[in-house]
Amino acid sequence: MNHFLRRQGWVTGLFALLIVLFIATKIIQPGYGSGDFGSLARAVLPYAFAVAAQTVVVIAGGIDLSVAAMMALTSVTAASMMAGASEEYALFVVPFVLAMGFVLGAFNGLLIVVTRVPDIVVTLAMLFVLQGAALLVLGAPGGGAAEWLKALISGTVPIPGLPAAIDAWLPKALLVLIVCLCVIWIPLRRSRLGLSIYAIGSSELAAFRSGVPVARTRVIAYALSGLFAAMGGLALTMSTGIGAPIPGPYLLASVAAVVLGGVALGGGKGGLLGPIVAVFVLRLVRTDLTLLAIDPNVTAIIEGAIMVAVVMFGAFITMRGRQ
Amino acid sequence: MTTSPLLDASGVAKNYGAVAALRDASLSVLPGEVHALMGANGAGKSTLVKILTGAISANAGRILIRGEARDIRSPAAARRAGLLPVYQEPSLIPDLDVLSNLRLTGTPVEPFRAWVRELGIPDLDLRDTARDIPLAVLRVLDLARALAVEPDVLLLDEMTAALPANLAEKVLEVVRRQGDAGRSVIFISHRFVEIAALCDRATVLRDGATVGVVDIEPGVEEKIVELMLGTRIVKTHVAARSVADKARPPARPRITVKNLRVGTKLSDVSFDLADGEVAGVVALEGQGQDELFAALAGSIKPSGGTIEVDGSPVKFTHPIDAIRSGIAYVPGDRSEALAMQRSVRENIALPFSAALRNWGPIHMRKERATVASAIERLQIDTRAQGEVQRLSGGNQQKVTIARWIAADARTILCFDPTRGIDVGTKQEIYHLMRELAGNGKSVLFYTSELEEVQRVCDRVIVIFGGRLVDIFPVEEADEPALMRAAYGLPRGAKADVGILADPHSSTQASNASDAAEATP
Repeated sequence: MNHFLRRQGWVTGLFALLIVLFIATKIIQPGYGSGDFGSLARAVLPYAFAVAAQTVVVIAGGIDLSVAAMMALTSVTAASMMAGASEEYALFVVPFVLAMGFVLGAFNGLLIVVTRVPDIVVTLAMLFVLQGAALLVLGAPGGGAAEWLKALISGTVPIPGLPAAIDAWLPKALLVLIVCLCVIWIPLRRSRLGLSIYAIGSSELAAFRSGVPVARTRVIAYALSGLFAAMGGLALTMSTGIGAPIPGPYLLASVAAVVLGGVALGGGKGGLLGPIVAVFVLRLVRTDLTLLAIDPNVTAIIEGAIMVAVVMFGAFITMRGRQ
Repeated sequence: MTTSPLLDASGVAKNYGAVAALRDASLSVLPGEVHALMGANGAGKSTLVKILTGAISANAGRILIRGEARDIRSPAAARRAGLLPVYQEPSLIPDLDVLSNLRLTGTPVEPFRAWVRELGIPDLDLRDTARDIPLAVLRVLDLARALAVEPDVLLLDEMTAALPANLAEKVLEVVRRQGDAGRSVIFISHRFVEIAALCDRATVLRDGATVGVVDIEPGVEEKIVELMLGTRIVKTHVAARSVADKARPPARPRITVKNLRVGTKLSDVSFDLADGEVAGVVALEGQGQDELFAALAGSIKPSGGTIEVDGSPVKFTHPIDAIRSGIAYVPGDRSEALAMQRSVRENIALPFSAALRNWGPIHMRKERATVASAIERLQIDTRAQGEVQRLSGGNQQKVTIARWIAADARTILCFDPTRGIDVGTKQEIYHLMRELAGNGKSVLFYTSELEEVQRVCDRVIVIFGGRLVDIFPVEEADEPALMRAAYGLPRGAKADVGILADPHSSTQASNASDAAEATP
C-alpha cells in the first residue's frame, strides 16, 4: 500500500483533482450531463494522443517539438487520401498513416542518434519540415473522412444489460483512447524495451553499462512518439471530417500535460496515466472557465497559474514525504 | 605452468586524436586468479578497462577470451563473452527499483538476493528505488548483480573506495573466494593493503603501456611503485609537527565546536581546531561525518549546539557565511565543487567573484596573477586548462584546493580529498596540507583511508554512531588503533580487527563488526 501510494500518489492526486473539477462543473452548470462529457472526451482525444507522443520521448530523456506538426501532416494525408474514396479504402489509409507516423518518428530518432545534434534542435527543424510538407499535401483545410471512421468516435458505447443512463456516460471516443493507449503502452511497460526507455532517460551512462542498446532504444522511443502523433492526426480527421494543414495548439499543451502529469522533464520518471488524466484536468478547467464566462485571455493566465501551483504543491508533498 | 589464460589482451592501443591514451597495453589473466591492474592516474587503466568491457573500441590490439579472438563492441557483447565489470560509479538506473534493474540486465533474482545477504546487507527491499539507496550499498548491489550471473572474468574498478570498513571486508572476502571457485577477477585499486591481501599477480601500466607483471609477495610494494612512477620514490611519512613546534604552547582555538547536534545523525559533538594543525576525522561510512562537515561549511543548519570562530559564536545559514569566516569546504566528489565545463582559471577565481559586491567588472590582471600563483604552487598540470572536465581526477582535486588557497581561506575542510587519486598526487596533497598548517592555517581532514592519518594529521577525532568517541594524538594512531576506534571500541582493547585480523581466531573482531552492522 505504501509502495502503491508512493508510486501512484501523483496520479491519485490528479484523479482527485479531476473529480473536484467535475463537481465544480456540475455546480456551475447544473445541466452538465452525459452529452457534455461526450464532447469533452472527443475534444480531449487529439490532445491525449499528442501527450502520449510527448510522454514516451520525455521518459526516454528527450523532447519532441514536432508532435503537433506530425499530427497536422498525418491528418491532411489521411484526409486527402480518403477524399472521395470508397469506405473500404479507409481500411488501407489508417494503417498507412500510422506507419507513416512511425517511420517519420524513427527518422527523428535516427537524426538525433546519428548526427548527435541535440534533440531539441532536430525536432524543431522537423517541426518546420513537417509543417511545410503538410501544406504541400493540402494547401487549405479540406479532404474527407470515411463515415465509419467518423462514427467510431461519436456517440456512446451500448453495453447490453446496462441502463441507457449509464451507457450515456461511456462515449466511444473515450473507449477508442483507452484501447489505443493500452494496446501499445501495457505490453511496452512489461517488456525489456520499456525498461530500457526508462533506463536511458534516467541515466544514459548507467543504461549503456547495463548493456542497454542506447541508440536503438532512443530511435524506438521517437518512433513510438511518431506513432502516437499519427493516431492524434487521425483523431483530428475523424472528429472534424477534414484535414487542416496548420498545426493546432497541441505542442505546448502536450508539454504542459506531461509536466502536470508527474513526468520529470529530465526523463526516467512517470507514466502515461498521469499525463492523460492531466489533459482531462486542463480541458475541464478550460470548460469551467468558459462556462463562467471569463475572458479567454484570462483563462490562459489561470491555466498557467494552475500548472505552476500543482507542480509546486507536488514537489512540496514529495519533500515532506522524504523527511 | 601450462594453464592457458582466460583473458589475454595484447598490443592494445587507443588514440584520441593525436593523444595516445594507450600505446601497447597487455593483460593476461589466468583462471582462478585475482589479478591487480595498477598504474598512476593517466597511465591508461581506465581506458584499458573501457576497451575490455566494450565501452569504447580499441584502435589496435588483440583480445582473446579462452583462446578465441573476440571483438567486444558493446557492454552487452562483453557480458555475453562472460566479462562483467563493476564500475566506480554504480551502474544501477537511478529511477528504477532494484527489481527492474535486475530485469533490465536479465539477472536472476534469487542468486542476487543470496549474494546481497552474503555481502553483509541483510534487509534489502527489492522495491526500493536505486536513487534512495546510499552510495556504499549501491556499489555492493552492483557487485552482487555481477556475481549473480557467474561471469568468467569479474572486473572491479576501485571496488572498496567509499565503502565503510565493515562492507569492504565482506567484499574482499567474497572476491577472494571467487578466485578459489575458478573464476578470474581483475582488481583495480590504489590500496596496497588490499592488493597484498587479495591478489596473486599484478600488471602495472605506465604511460599507456604495460611495464611489468609481478607476483604479489611480501615487499613487492616498492617494486610496483617504482614501476608505476618510472622512478624510485621513497614512501615518506610526511613529518607531522616538529618537536620545536610541539614545545610551543597551544594556540587559541580557531574553531570551537560545542555539543553540536544535527537531526538524528550527529549528537553532542565537541572539539577544538587550532591554527596550524591538521586534525583528522576517522569514521566508518555514515557515522555523521557528512553532517559535521556540512554544518561547519554552512550548507545545513545544526539543530543544536554552538560553533565558535575565533572565540565568537557564529550561525551559518548559507555557505557564503562560512566562506566569509574563512572556512572553505573541499568535497570528496570533485563534480560537487567544480564548474566542469569552465576553465581552470574561472574555477579558481570563482569564490572571490561570487560575493554580490564583486559582481562588477573583474580586475583581470589581479585575478590572473592570483590564479597563476595558485596554479604554480600546486603544480597543476594545465595542459588541458580550457575545461576542467578534461583534467585528471588528481588535478581536478588540486583545482578545488587551489581556489581556496587563492581566496586565502584560513580553515579548510577536506572531505576525503584523495579518493580515487594516484599515489603521486596523493603525496602532493599530503604535502600541501602540511604546508598549509605550517603557514598557520587549520585543516580538518576526513579520510576513508586510515593509513593517511599518520602521514598528515596532528590529532585524530573519531566519530562513531553520530558521537565523538575519542580524540587522540597521532603517535597512537596506527592503523589497528584507528580501526578499533572507528568500530567504537575503547582504546585499551587489544585484538586486531578488520583485514588485519587473524581470520581463524579473534571472536572479538567478529563481535565488533556485528556491532558495527547493528548500528547503521
